Amino acid sequence: MTDVAIAGVPRPGLPPSAGEGREGASYLSAGHTLLSWLTTTDHKRIAILYAVSITIFFFIGGIAIALLRLELVVPHGLFLTSEAYNRLFSLHGIIMVWFFLVPSIPGTMGNFLLPLMIGARDVAFPRLNLLSWYLYVFAAAFAVYALVSGGVDTGWTFYTPFSTNYATGYVIAAAAGVFVSGFSSIATGVNFIATAHMLRAPGMTWFRLPLFVWAMYTVSMVMVLATPVLAMSLLLIIAERAFGLPIFDSARGGDPILFQHLFWFYSHPAVYIMILPAMGVVSEVIPCFARKTIFGYAFMVYALITIAVIGFMVWGHHMFVAGQSPVANLVFSFLSFIVAVPSAIKVFNWTATLHRGSITFEAPMIYALGFVGLFTIGGLTGLFVASVPIDIHATDTYFVIAHFHFIMVGGTVSAYMAGLHFWWPKVTGRMYSEPWARFAAITTFLGFNATFLPQFVMGWIGMPRRYHYYPDIFQPWHVMSSVGALILAVGYILPLVYFGWSLIFGRRAPANPWNATGLEWQTSSPPPKENFHRIPHVDAEPYAYYESGQTSPADGRPSFQPQGRTA
Amino acid sequence: MTSDGFLTAASDYARQVDGTFWLLVTISGLITLLVASLIAGFSLRYRRGSNAWRGAVPERTSRDIEIGWTVATLFLFLFIFWWAASNQLSALNVPAKASEIHVVAKQWMWRVQQPSGAREINEIHAPVNVPIRLVMTSEDVIHDLFLPALRLKQDVLPNRYTYLWFTATRTGVFNLTCAEYCGTNHSVMAGRLVVMTAPDYARWTNAQPEADDLARQGKTLFGALGCSGCHDPASIIHAPDLHGIYGRAVPLSDGRVVTADEAYIRDSILEPAKDIVAGYAPVMPSFRGIVTEEEMVKLIAYVKSLSAPSSPGAASRDDREPTGAQQ
Repeated sequence: MTDVAIAGVPRPGLPPSAGEGREGASYLSAGHTLLSWLTTTDHKRIAILYAVSITIFFFIGGIAIALLRLELVVPHGLFLTSEAYNRLFSLHGIIMVWFFLVPSIPGTMGNFLLPLMIGARDVAFPRLNLLSWYLYVFAAAFAVYALVSGGVDTGWTFYTPFSTNYATGYVIAAAAGVFVSGFSSIATGVNFIATAHMLRAPGMTWFRLPLFVWAMYTVSMVMVLATPVLAMSLLLIIAERAFGLPIFDSARGGDPILFQHLFWFYSHPAVYIMILPAMGVVSEVIPCFARKTIFGYAFMVYALITIAVIGFMVWGHHMFVAGQSPVANLVFSFLSFIVAVPSAIKVFNWTATLHRGSITFEAPMIYALGFVGLFTIGGLTGLFVASVPIDIHATDTYFVIAHFHFIMVGGTVSAYMAGLHFWWPKVTGRMYSEPWARFAAITTFLGFNATFLPQFVMGWIGMPRRYHYYPDIFQPWHVMSSVGALILAVGYILPLVYFGWSLIFGRRAPANPWNATGLEWQTSSPPPKENFHRIPHVDAEPYAYYESGQTSPADGRPSFQPQGRTA
Repeated sequence: MTSDGFLTAASDYARQVDGTFWLLVTISGLITLLVASLIAGFSLRYRRGSNAWRGAVPERTSRDIEIGWTVATLFLFLFIFWWAASNQLSALNVPAKASEIHVVAKQWMWRVQQPSGAREINEIHAPVNVPIRLVMTSEDVIHDLFLPALRLKQDVLPNRYTYLWFTATRTGVFNLTCAEYCGTNHSVMAGRLVVMTAPDYARWTNAQPEADDLARQGKTLFGALGCSGCHDPASIIHAPDLHGIYGRAVPLSDGRVVTADEAYIRDSILEPAKDIVAGYAPVMPSFRGIVTEEEMVKLIAYVKSLSAPSSPGAASRDDREPTGAQQ
């Protein structure tokens, strides 16, 4: 089937395909050996490979933070040395940012859904897609091995000159791992951009694309443009640490602050690499369960683009206390306020989508509404740290920790869970247990708030981040946070159980269990290997939801007519 | 240490920051409340099966709403930016007569030198109601001096000076700690800021063992390192006279003009070939590896004292200042 996909515009006129004859043959039954999975070029199977690997890394990073939260229950340490503490928080950060958050939604849902949503048979470059998974998984496994066996104590930020001249442990190995996994990001980005441009089904114009596709498209642009800068800065670290090139060493004419500029030039856009896909997921889920078209579709698209573009110009707000000139501080502060506007617009639009809807509260919807709430708080506290005088006090404290966890965990992970539940029937062909899923969604929401709201308070009081020992006055807040983390852990482990159960015992899922619009719902669950027996023709706007569970006012039939382009 | 060491707003600037903070808390609290109640309200009113009316909103109205809240948000955010920025701008001007305390950070301690020459470790004593300027540098990695009660924080960089200034308005013992991750014992790189009344501070200063002030120690070093051999006005070697040089514009041989501040003096000692003063030959050797950070502080204090209005040489200015004479 790959020849069809590579050939650019899909040609539905092609032999109405082998699929016609064997209606039940899903992509899952196209091969059962391990080899068939490891050599697949099917975007859906690659998505599963990503899902399995990021889940493993997520739980490794999670175990690290569980140990840390336990250690922090008392002010002077329970069972870790400071060395071990520093290595654990570095491991948590490096794994969660680079090997979970960055590939999370694009690698799994992006891979699975992008071709389905635009009516294509695969991504533009299926073999490059497989390569990107291999790059990712080997790089991540290598880095994680280095982090676990030797340890790295630089934090996920690798600040110089600490990382180049002072840190102990396997800094080069970890940096090399992150460096290589960057190529995986770039490959995925290139692939998605080409797919969105070349493989849209007939009638699928740019402004009929689901917002998830727009999110994948914009995030791919950011990945392709920003990741090379990360690659450069990590290479320079390696060059200085391994070969003594004086790039960041100020004693030999280098500049340690240069590293921070390079690093944040990638790592701030990386925040958008993490949040744009989440916005895409939520934009699919909310209209479906509100039975209402998304409010302000065009504005949602412009907002995604604006965020992606301005996101490149705000990196300096990470460096307000690094010795940057006051003028630069004010400029970066100003731009950071501007980039917050499109995010606010999106929150208002999601909220307005509920207006006059017909709302039900399945697990994906609970996660998605949780996302909107937590993202709002994360975004508003972003205004605090965008203000120079507030940031001077709050930066490098738990206030900042709480702020970015609201965005990355409250935001991205909530959206990831929303998407996982929403598309689970499509991906696996099975339904999950709705009561358990709702319970997990509410547990996660409560646990999350219990973990991170106290961190805002202690951060503002003056609790610095990356502290193994801390003054006694912070203990109550740390205890609250650790109890919250325990609840949160329950919320994250539960899905493992009921999803696992669903794989074996779950009720068979119909093609469209949520009565959702979107081409991915017009094919069977799980989809056939070639996605569609016939390439659909799109002749309507996205999110054509109407009241009372009907997908169209006329006959209850979907507005997307799966039909060959025979005209 | 009690929470007072953190939460007390110990300066006017800190109170101003708190004001901005609470303004932001109020605004974002209201927005969060608005979004949360809209979500809850809509969820309840438009739950499936409720008999709320569900007509379509006209296209035009939706667009007006969209533009309306975009503009409103933009203006609100610009207002907050302006509010915070104007606070910040007013805090940029260091009072001319600020008393200088030198801070050298290293893994994992703070070494402090008072203008009187007194040395401290992990403690800064300072008089109340006197503007204090901290001149900071690091001997190894990047550290960050965090003074929560003053709502101040500044990275401390190797081979470069960074500055903080404050006028504490309350006496007391406040927290001082490192906020930029600096390695194994980062979390114990902490100490105290002790703000005292002027008489107490004077008593404390007098009780310190090292009586010689920084500039005078610098003068001794200036001789011991051989600097005076060339830079003495009477010397036969053609080297710039350093009297009155501090703070002045210096023309360089390549046509640039730089201001002789701490960074310039430091560079001239460590990398003399970098900025050659117009009209002089590049004959000065580098003192990198010879002069420690603390000696550097003394040398700079001495060079500055040569520009003090009263007497060249050992500065009497520094003896007087900490007693709060200029207040």
